[in-house]
Amino acid sequence: MEAKKKNKSYKSSQRISLTGSYILLIVMSIVWMFPIVWIVLSSFRAEGGAFVPYIIPKSFTLDNYKILLSNSTGSFPFVRWFLNTLFIATISCILSTFITIAMAYALSRLRFRMRKPILKIALVLNMFPGFMSMFAIYYILKALDLTQTKFALILVYSAGAALGFYIAKGFFDTIPMALDESAMIDGANKWQIFTKITLPLSKPMIVYTSLMSFMGPWMDFIFAKVIMGDKVENYTVAIGLFSMMTKTTANSLFMSFTAGCVLIAIPITILFIIMQRFYVAGITSGSVKE
Amino acid sequence: MFNKKKYEQKTTFRELFKKGDAMTKLSFVIMGSANLANKQWLKGLFFLGTQVAFLFWLIRNGLTALSMLSTLGTQEQGLVMDKKLGIPVLQEGDNSMLILLFGIAAILLCILMIVLYIVNLKSARHLYELKQAGQKAPTTMEDLSSLLNERFHATLMTIPLLGVLFFTILPLIYMISIAFTNYDHNHLPPKNLFTWVGFSNFANVLNGKMAATFFPVLSWTLIWAVIATATCFFFGVLLALLINRKGIKFKGLWRTIFVITLAVPQFVSLLIMRNLLNGAGPINATLMSWGLIDTAIPFLTDPLWAKISVIFVNMWIGLPATMLVSTGIIQNLPEDQIEAARIDGANAFQIFRNITFPQILFVMTPALIQQFIGNINNFNVIFLLTGGGPTNSDFYGAGSTDLLVTWLYNLTLNTMDYNLASVIGILIFILSAVFSLIAYTRTNSFKEG
Repeated sequence: MEAKKKNKSYKSSQRISLTGSYILLIVMSIVWMFPIVWIVLSSFRAEGGAFVPYIIPKSFTLDNYKILLSNSTGSFPFVRWFLNTLFIATISCILSTFITIAMAYALSRLRFRMRKPILKIALVLNMFPGFMSMFAIYYILKALDLTQTKFALILVYSAGAALGFYIAKGFFDTIPMALDESAMIDGANKWQIFTKITLPLSKPMIVYTSLMSFMGPWMDFIFAKVIMGDKVENYTVAIGLFSMMTKTTANSLFMSFTAGCVLIAIPITILFIIMQRFYVAGITSGSVKE
Repeated sequence: MFNKKKYEQKTTFRELFKKGDAMTKLSFVIMGSANLANKQWLKGLFFLGTQVAFLFWLIRNGLTALSMLSTLGTQEQGLVMDKKLGIPVLQEGDNSMLILLFGIAAILLCILMIVLYIVNLKSARHLYELKQAGQKAPTTMEDLSSLLNERFHATLMTIPLLGVLFFTILPLIYMISIAFTNYDHNHLPPKNLFTWVGFSNFANVLNGKMAATFFPVLSWTLIWAVIATATCFFFGVLLALLINRKGIKFKGLWRTIFVITLAVPQFVSLLIMRNLLNGAGPINATLMSWGLIDTAIPFLTDPLWAKISVIFVNMWIGLPATMLVSTGIIQNLPEDQIEAARIDGANAFQIFRNITFPQILFVMTPALIQQFIGNINNFNVIFLLTGGGPTNSDFYGAGSTDLLVTWLYNLTLNTMDYNLASVIGILIFILSAVFSLIAYTRTNSFKEG
């Protein structure tokens, strides 16, 4: 009798706490989705001005998108920015992935005399705030007559990739050495071991690395801004959209700006959601203790 | 099998010079001679070629670049009377900035050359030793194939390391050197020259005029980093637990909702947040139309409110990442302990406090410290949300929410005090280094490394 009662009260308290959990989750979801919903709604808003004292627009329109996409020669050539970013991101993704994987593999699987010193130096170099050297890089690029070019951005992003090998190295460390050893007994050289054994096993890591190095240029703001300066036609979307909001025209451009944000966020979000298991695998395999 | 092969006692370079044949001796002066003598054409020509190119460069540019490093230029740009024309003519002066940059690049090139020179000597010694042992020198083809085997690491790493040398190390040395010059808004090349001043910039920041800005900014940076890391971590773990608890349906859907905010580029979400929190923005407008407040809340224009806003917006951005990672950990936690605790009558809070949380904390400590360092350097959130503002008249070139990094940015871009910016950069490095050392000594990949 006593036990039954206890069981019943346990069950009802469970139900109450479960309801509480749902309410909490719903409230949090609303808070988290609110800015995103707001920006999507704003991008379809027909009434002008940056700020209106309500959230749901009174009338909807596609004009904001049309204005944004048709302004190919004006002060905000969005399509051009988009293609610039796509180009920079694709090339630096390929280069950075090669560089990161090569560094990580060499430092994880191969044994050579400079290995430990390189690991330590990389550790120290990573501790400097990334853009502390930004202005020096700017002057180096200027000396090479490369500033305000897309090539300069690609160079900077890919050259920086060589130090971001720690997560990939953590992954390679987990692949058993016995595989390499047995291949070596069978007469494989290190190149063959790398391409025929380790790389096929490292698909999650390669996907993670390339995902991160593809998204880097999309998200990067500060390097692109310093290197591109006022060369509007070579802007990436990040600085392009930001520049739309700092001009005196910010108020009238606001809805086109939100339309641009939506157009940028959607492909990246989809890519990210598809790839998120690699993202988790990347973070955990790189830093978590086994 | 993977251990380095142990060679017997090597011949020293001195012995090599004494005992080696003429071509080996010549290697000490003309790089690659020994290789050429042994028909290693590719290697020999490579050594010879680099030496010729290096000497050519050294005579043409290198020596001047190196010699001007000590003064950073003496010739000021200005009008000089041209006697032939009888009118003053603008004469181009030295540019301290370029002198410093090229000087450092020249030093790096020299070091690179010394390394190559030693490699050349080692190669000559290797040939000598092979000959002593009566073995044949490896042919060019054998050398090339060793790049895919014994020296595979060289194949993989040469290009990345050159990138690091010229795009990370060179700029860093350059920036560090600037901390010891008076390169500020009064000494902007090419109009003016700057010169070495020793430690006076450090004294200025730590003890002089800049201290009144530095220490408040430093303490806000630390407070921010602690709160930002702690809130994201704690609430991220709670959210993960909430989604993962038994009985909650549509787990994937809930997770996706939060992951979406992680995927939206920061420059988008932060600019949106800035608009949402604007004095005339929708949040204030909504609150006012509901009658909850009479005047707009100064989310971004009041120092205290701005700080609170930054922390909350950072939670919005950072919490989903912690949620994702801790989900992975929670799903791998052993069920039996929690079950046992529940049978013993522990409530949900006790289980969380004594079992789940400590385990998650243990696994995530390294990542947590990395996040902490990341927050010390969290440029995006501050720059895109408040721009460092609201402006603070007590500070030099910094606002109330400026972190050390954003202050560094202002010092370079707005006030052009490159020397102070470099000092701040070095101090940030010291700060990060201390915490990184704690973090990395705890991570797996370093311990095994």
